[in-house]
Amino acid sequence: MPDAPGLELIRGEIEQDHPGAVLATSFDRDQPALVVDPAQILAVLAWLRDAPGQGYRFLSSLHAADYLPAEPRFAVHYELLNRDRVERLRVKAMLREPSAAGPVTGEEQLPEIDSCVELFPTAEFQEREVFDFFGIVFKGHPDMTRILLPEDYVGWPQRRDFPIGGEPVTFTYNERTYG
Amino acid sequence: MAEIAQANGAGDLDTEVMTINIGPHHPATHGVLRLVVDLEGEVVRDLRPVIGYVHTGIEKSCEDKSYWKVIPFVERMDYVSYFFQMEAFCGAVERLVDLEIPPRAKYLRTIFLELNRIHSHLVWLGTTALDLGAISMLWYCFRERERILDLFEMATGQRMHTRYFQVGGVIEDIPRGFEAKLRSFLTDMPIRVEQYQALLDRNEVFLSRAKGTGIVPRERLLELGVTGPLLRAAGEPWDLRKAFDYLAYPEMDFKVPIGTVGDNYDRYRVRVAEMVESVRIMEQALDGLPEGPFIADDRKYVLPPRSELSTSMESLIHHFKLVTEGYRVQAGEVYYSIEGPRGELGCFVLADGSAKPARVHFRDPSFVNLQAFKDMSVGSYVADMIASLGMLDPILGGVDR
Repeated sequence: MPDAPGLELIRGEIEQDHPGAVLATSFDRDQPALVVDPAQILAVLAWLRDAPGQGYRFLSSLHAADYLPAEPRFAVHYELLNRDRVERLRVKAMLREPSAAGPVTGEEQLPEIDSCVELFPTAEFQEREVFDFFGIVFKGHPDMTRILLPEDYVGWPQRRDFPIGGEPVTFTYNERTYG
Repeated sequence: MAEIAQANGAGDLDTEVMTINIGPHHPATHGVLRLVVDLEGEVVRDLRPVIGYVHTGIEKSCEDKSYWKVIPFVERMDYVSYFFQMEAFCGAVERLVDLEIPPRAKYLRTIFLELNRIHSHLVWLGTTALDLGAISMLWYCFRERERILDLFEMATGQRMHTRYFQVGGVIEDIPRGFEAKLRSFLTDMPIRVEQYQALLDRNEVFLSRAKGTGIVPRERLLELGVTGPLLRAAGEPWDLRKAFDYLAYPEMDFKVPIGTVGDNYDRYRVRVAEMVESVRIMEQALDGLPEGPFIADDRKYVLPPRSELSTSMESLIHHFKLVTEGYRVQAGEVYYSIEGPRGELGCFVLADGSAKPARVHFRDPSFVNLQAFKDMSVGSYVADMIASLGMLDPILGGVDR
């Protein structure tokens, strides 16, 4: 893992190439993390992957979290791995819920971020999973559809304000009540 | 023959692309996996896995449970490698609360993880060989698996979903007689592995179906995030047990088997060799098993021993508090990954300061590896696709969670 000063060095180098891209850094429980401006996420990921001396070429995991009631509430996490130096680095992009920013216009507004499938093909399933559960749209993803839930499912179940257990069990026995 | 074909209006014997649905209920899909396959004759031209049939919302359910109650939930994701799920989750929580586990617990966990790895590879070998027509392999593999399940039952009380690992260590020390029973298994297992190889390695049918099929270049596998035996079979010696420092693995002497070509035969060889290495790890862990407590002594996170409850008021309070509310974890987030039998098994836990996790996410290797299935199969015959799927070894409970 890059240590705390090493993390600041990375931040400084990114700042030179992409000013304003890194919003904050954190070094919690020995795990370094960069909080990145979502508009520049692809630039930062590409820089970490390709810049000489970095080489975070392996995307271990892409997942999202809902920090409700914090604002911005959503975060997409990119767990990057440098397999040569055996170092992990977490990149976080915090996303606002659009309806909280502007007036509600009938159709549901979803938070958006650029898809990193071009940089890391492994993200294809994982971005679909994040879309499925959090309703975060990845712009430029080849197939932005639900992956684990049924296609006609309504709602984003992993959001913190989605209730647990409100789901009727769809046995034929229940059809009279819920069908 | 040509006259008949011409009479039917198919003069050049070309076939058009046909879309076929395989699954979700099909014995060769190793679970509830549906494949939408475009076939030209018998050649796969395109392939799309459709998943989600056994999605149970475990990650969401975990948000409603206190930390110690999450353990039995996560075990049921990848139902063949339950010890690994437990270790990923417990390890993540231990890193969140900064709890060091005692050396004996580290060794015991290592032993059970490696037993589980053999168990998982045995299930894989049996079912995959069955797909390729070697029916007897299933019975031989499940015979040895039965001995592992007996060992699990002896130490934990359960054959599957044992809930043996706790935050802070393991729930109970191994019982008397366990070591002897495990040692006798460890003596037998390498001989059994040789017998499997004797059955398969010179079996012409098996060889012709496994050799040279399902090859994906190493660079492509890395792009797709594939880890575990699939990546090692392509010649990349990447094993988290070697790369990162967790449990007793830094003290163990073992090899990381790798392949050269990256075909289905290499995948079989790598997994079989891994079983022997797991036996070696367990032998060393048994030899060096340290004395001492099997669970950490921090009463804020670990249940007090049963015997103390009748004598110590403090212990009773701690017990009550831990069982009713659970412990609170300071806000923070941790990603902890271990080498599962199918690759990198990662667990992300987000704590918000309450007694329940705000998010539990599993990076399941089956889910990520399944993306490589298209690359493995396109351009090959349907029969090779079935062989590749077996060698990919997805566990659909882990894919769908």
